[in-house]
Amino acid sequence: MDELASMQLTAAAGPVAAEGDTLTIAGRTMRSRLVLGSGGFPSLELLSEAVAASGCELVTVALRRVLAGGEPKAGGSLVDVLSAAGVGVLPNTAGCRTARDAMLTARLAREAFATDWIKLEVIGDEDTLLPDAPELLRAAEELIDEGFVVLPYTTDDPVLARRLADVGCAAVMPLGSPIGSGMGVCNPYNIALLREAVDVPVVLDAGVGTASDAALAMELGCDGVMVASAIARARDPARMAAAMRAAVDAGRLARAAGRIPRRRYATPSTPDEGLADFG
Amino acid sequence: MILLNGQSADVQAGEPVSAILRHMGLDPDARGVAVAVDGEVVPRAQWDSFALPEDARVEVLGAMQGG
Repeated sequence: MDELASMQLTAAAGPVAAEGDTLTIAGRTMRSRLVLGSGGFPSLELLSEAVAASGCELVTVALRRVLAGGEPKAGGSLVDVLSAAGVGVLPNTAGCRTARDAMLTARLAREAFATDWIKLEVIGDEDTLLPDAPELLRAAEELIDEGFVVLPYTTDDPVLARRLADVGCAAVMPLGSPIGSGMGVCNPYNIALLREAVDVPVVLDAGVGTASDAALAMELGCDGVMVASAIARARDPARMAAAMRAAVDAGRLARAAGRIPRRRYATPSTPDEGLADFG
Repeated sequence: MILLNGQSADVQAGEPVSAILRHMGLDPDARGVAVAVDGEVVPRAQWDSFALPEDARVEVLGAMQGG
């Protein structure tokens, strides 16, 4: 444990993915396949450390009412922190319950952050925060008409993902399990089917609890993984960010390498031929 | 009465959006800020010229950690 605790977050724990392996969404090419959510970090310092350790190039931000007196002051400095880190800002419509609210939030985000990119969230259930499919599709379609680059937070339904891709979404972001639940990928079968159903990048979003969840998502064929709570609420966010980075790389490599099929019984890795006979 | 982020504000109809921002102690040049009046976005370029209508509902939003 002491040895583990003293592990340095250096390049030694850094990227192992193939040189030149990049993820392109709507013409933007990124070396990192990890998208970081900025929510839940106890401080901007910890967020900044996690951004660096994750190697990510895209970080989500939300829009909320500014209180009189300029609070939250974190608003301006959050943008400054991300700008200093050299990462792109991906505004979201977190908390929106209707297509109308999500569309207005997206338009405001475009003004606030000078980007056409929007992570579109339309929540349909208070307990699970699951997406509202009809509202999501409607908002996606209208925002794309307005020139937005739409990355919808969606269910793990391959048919809905295809509909979202068909109306022009730049990527789809299916949930592994409910937001902040840390339950990982609850339906790997659906994620694999969804990957086959669309031609746009698939970025698993929500539910990742630890590094192996991110690796599994990549092994299932996802093009990227978005992680927020699992890093922000970890005891050591920067260390977890480094773990997620390595996991995404490991899963990507394993996917490319091609896993062996599952078998019900053992298959010896050592041949029986030449086995000694001890009488 | 102007409603600013859900609360009555000491700003008069006819004043520009930028007056609201000053009233809130916000730098109009700050990044990560956006304004909606009565459910419509007011682009940054119009903050000095857009006059608040009577009983305007103004939302001033800023970047926050999230997602």
